[in-house]
Amino acid sequence: MAVLSKSENPNIPQFTAEVYQNEYLPEGGREVNAIVTVTSTGGGTGGPPAKQGEGSEASGARAYAPGHGPSAAVVIMVDCSGSMEYPPTKMRNARDATAAAIDTIRDGVSFAVVAGTHKAVEVYPGGGRLAVADAATRGQAKEALRKLTAGGGTAIGTWLRLADRLLASSEVSIRHAILLTDGRNEHEKPEELRAALDACAGRYTCDCRGVGTDWEVKEVTGIASALLGTADIVADPSGLEGDFRQMMEAAMGKEVADVSLRLWTPQGAEIKFVKQVAPSVEDLTTRRVDAGPRAGDYPTGSWGDESRDYHVCVEVQPAGVGQEMLAGRVSLVLPSADGGAPEVLSQGLVRAVWTDDMAASTRINPQVAHYTGQAELAQAIQQGLEARKAGDLDSATAKLGRAVQLAAESGNADTAKLLAKVVDVVDEATGTVRLKKNVDDADEMTLETRSTKTVRVKK
Amino acid sequence: MPQLTVCPSCAERLEPEDRFCGNCGTNLAAPLSPAPSFAPAAARDRTEDGDYGLAPPVAEADGDYGLAPPTRATIPGQGSAQAAPFAAPAPAPAGIADPRETLLTTEPDTEPDTEPDTEPEPAEPAKPAAACVACGIGSVDGDGYCEHCGHAQPRRRDHIEQELALVSAVTDRGLRHHRNEDAFALAEATLPDGTSAAIAVVCDGVSSSSRPDDASETASVAASDTLRAALSSGTEARQAMQEALLAASESVNSLVEGDTSDPETNAPACTFVSAVTTGELLTVGWVGDSRAYWIPDDRAADNPARLTEDDSWAARMVEAGLLSEEEAYADERAHAITGWLGADAVELDPHTASFEPDLPGIVVVCTDGLWNYAESAAELAAVVPPDARTRPLHCARTLVGVALDGGGHDNITVAVIPFPASS
Ligand SMILES: [Zn+2]
Ligand SMILES: [Zn+2]
Repeated sequence: MAVLSKSENPNIPQFTAEVYQNEYLPEGGREVNAIVTVTSTGGGTGGPPAKQGEGSEASGARAYAPGHGPSAAVVIMVDCSGSMEYPPTKMRNARDATAAAIDTIRDGVSFAVVAGTHKAVEVYPGGGRLAVADAATRGQAKEALRKLTAGGGTAIGTWLRLADRLLASSEVSIRHAILLTDGRNEHEKPEELRAALDACAGRYTCDCRGVGTDWEVKEVTGIASALLGTADIVADPSGLEGDFRQMMEAAMGKEVADVSLRLWTPQGAEIKFVKQVAPSVEDLTTRRVDAGPRAGDYPTGSWGDESRDYHVCVEVQPAGVGQEMLAGRVSLVLPSADGGAPEVLSQGLVRAVWTDDMAASTRINPQVAHYTGQAELAQAIQQGLEARKAGDLDSATAKLGRAVQLAAESGNADTAKLLAKVVDVVDEATGTVRLKKNVDDADEMTLETRSTKTVRVKK
Repeated sequence: MPQLTVCPSCAERLEPEDRFCGNCGTNLAAPLSPAPSFAPAAARDRTEDGDYGLAPPVAEADGDYGLAPPTRATIPGQGSAQAAPFAAPAPAPAGIADPRETLLTTEPDTEPDTEPDTEPEPAEPAKPAAACVACGIGSVDGDGYCEHCGHAQPRRRDHIEQELALVSAVTDRGLRHHRNEDAFALAEATLPDGTSAAIAVVCDGVSSSSRPDDASETASVAASDTLRAALSSGTEARQAMQEALLAASESVNSLVEGDTSDPETNAPACTFVSAVTTGELLTVGWVGDSRAYWIPDDRAADNPARLTEDDSWAARMVEAGLLSEEEAYADERAHAITGWLGADAVELDPHTASFEPDLPGIVVVCTDGLWNYAESAAELAAVVPPDARTRPLHCARTLVGVALDGGGHDNITVAVIPFPASS
């Protein structure tokens, strides 16, 4: 099942794609579901692949010898709006966190620090350039952080555009940013942020963190989603330092950027959806870019040593019993540097076989069932919290109850714990819950931000 | 008529009668350029679903079985609906309605319906012209699917025929299954006394197991090899059959090693039936519900007989006196097999038996894909052509045709051994 293709570039990790599906359809059946597990290992010159816990963030930090590793550039954007002064420890924590992240930047990696308010200001090195990391520049950068003071508004689109200009100034293969904000994007119109995201999408990846509880979850997760990065809450500013270091370690572990998932489907087929389903749910369906006859590319961003799962759902034209069709060819492709044909890193086949064996056609693949459940879990949480905010308590109770049930069934313990801070669980098996009267803002926001986190199938 | 000598896709050497490349599966009869108006080929006229005629058989693109295909397996031509610029359709022999009867065998070249040998004319290797047999538009990708409509292209095992001097066999995918999980292996051995022995092994992959097609192919080849070696060195036939059953069992068990497929599915498994003729003796061996039948030439003088006893739920019920044969076979569990080769088998209980027919006739060795349409020995005898002993390949084709006409619900494999071995 796994199709391994050795990359011509020795610094690119090896990709494998494994397909899990029940290929059997009843007579007249059209819908084909498959989970494609993509794993990349062993790129660069570093040590063994990092171990990954179940459902953990796809990080995959690896130890490169100083001065080695893929060429990379990273920009850290720190919110310096007026609200960062309350509580006063917030600005200090943000400064310390940024310093910790700078310490984690590998020698030779280009970097810059940007202060974000209603405008974006270069803090280090300045002059529209990036610095190259070494002991001296890291020290200078940390020194420059002392200048960071809170004051002004929030216009995140301007920060993103400055980060884009800085990152574009460097000839590197991996471009990444880290964004920290504590408040709403109040000083520009939503369209302006949208336009900035459209301009930056595909040019660099960006991990986003909301600190405190005065920021908008959808805004921050939306930025991370558009720029193919992670989003999370750091409710207590004292947690920032550890989080920033971890985020930078993950960024330093990336080995290849701009990987696309290419999906070929046969003539007459309709793509119902293409979703990343692990480590978190991300619907990619609308991000398709045509790539030749009956094929389209979906962006997946940059990869270190990590594994992700994708759920592909295709409707094909039915054929007769006993017939077999290729319903989809899923490949991981890397654009070539010289504009030629992209390099295929790995591929897997999604098949359709029509049978009159009912036992075969009604079987549900465990992986497909599991991730269908995880996607429903994320949706139930989001809809439940939405209903709760809108005062529709019956609907909120029903949705969050269903979420508790799904989290328990699938063994998604982290999400179950977060849910238990928002509802009192009466019976998790039936999804019977009562809404809690008093819920911490931080708990509600944590649940919403992490609603898309999934766990893998228990083997 | 121009003939390709090498495959335009992979440069594999071709025989003049090849319609598909034996190496990469390229359809050698396909139009050179995509023809959008090309009608879907109705290559298999029995296909109930008219949308896509079932593809004619062709070599499988992947050769990862690690097993040689039967030595003289031939690839049948396709139906007349598809234009064949490179290979002329084989002339249909008079009086035979089944288009399959136009299929060729390579040797011996004594059948009246084989195409005369012609020297292939040298031809410029053309651009890959592997048009899809389903839509006629797309070319075929490296995995054996159409890059336009996605339809799987014919595979080597969809239909295989083999004819040796003393035994012939045909296997066919049938009409309702997407791949052929049956397999056969034929061989001949020279006994120490200088006489010849015919060997036929037929296996039916258990479809609820993983890689049933690998199981049946592996088992049939292992058994055939073992029988040939044992008989050649003078081992008594029933002992040789025992050894062959054990060798087949071990070969299927060994497929489990390195099997990375879903642990939920069963280990590779298949049924087994074999018949060998040595002098006056006819010896059979079996596990599962594949069968051997004795069909005498003169049905007035001798009765046709089934030589094997199924390892099946129905057979057990009848044997135990719990149900009548009629009642047992009407039950939906009737065909559940109680014995098979494979790592999941509780214990191997191979059966062997020897017979000394005193009249000439044939042995039919087959999978349930045939006997579901002619269950009793009498029913089977009724559809065996009178000249079966002298034209065993023709008989095997005819019996496959009977199963296809009946609905072809399963894969069908039929081997025919004339008795006594006349050489
Ligand atoms: Zn070829
Ligand atoms: Zn096609």
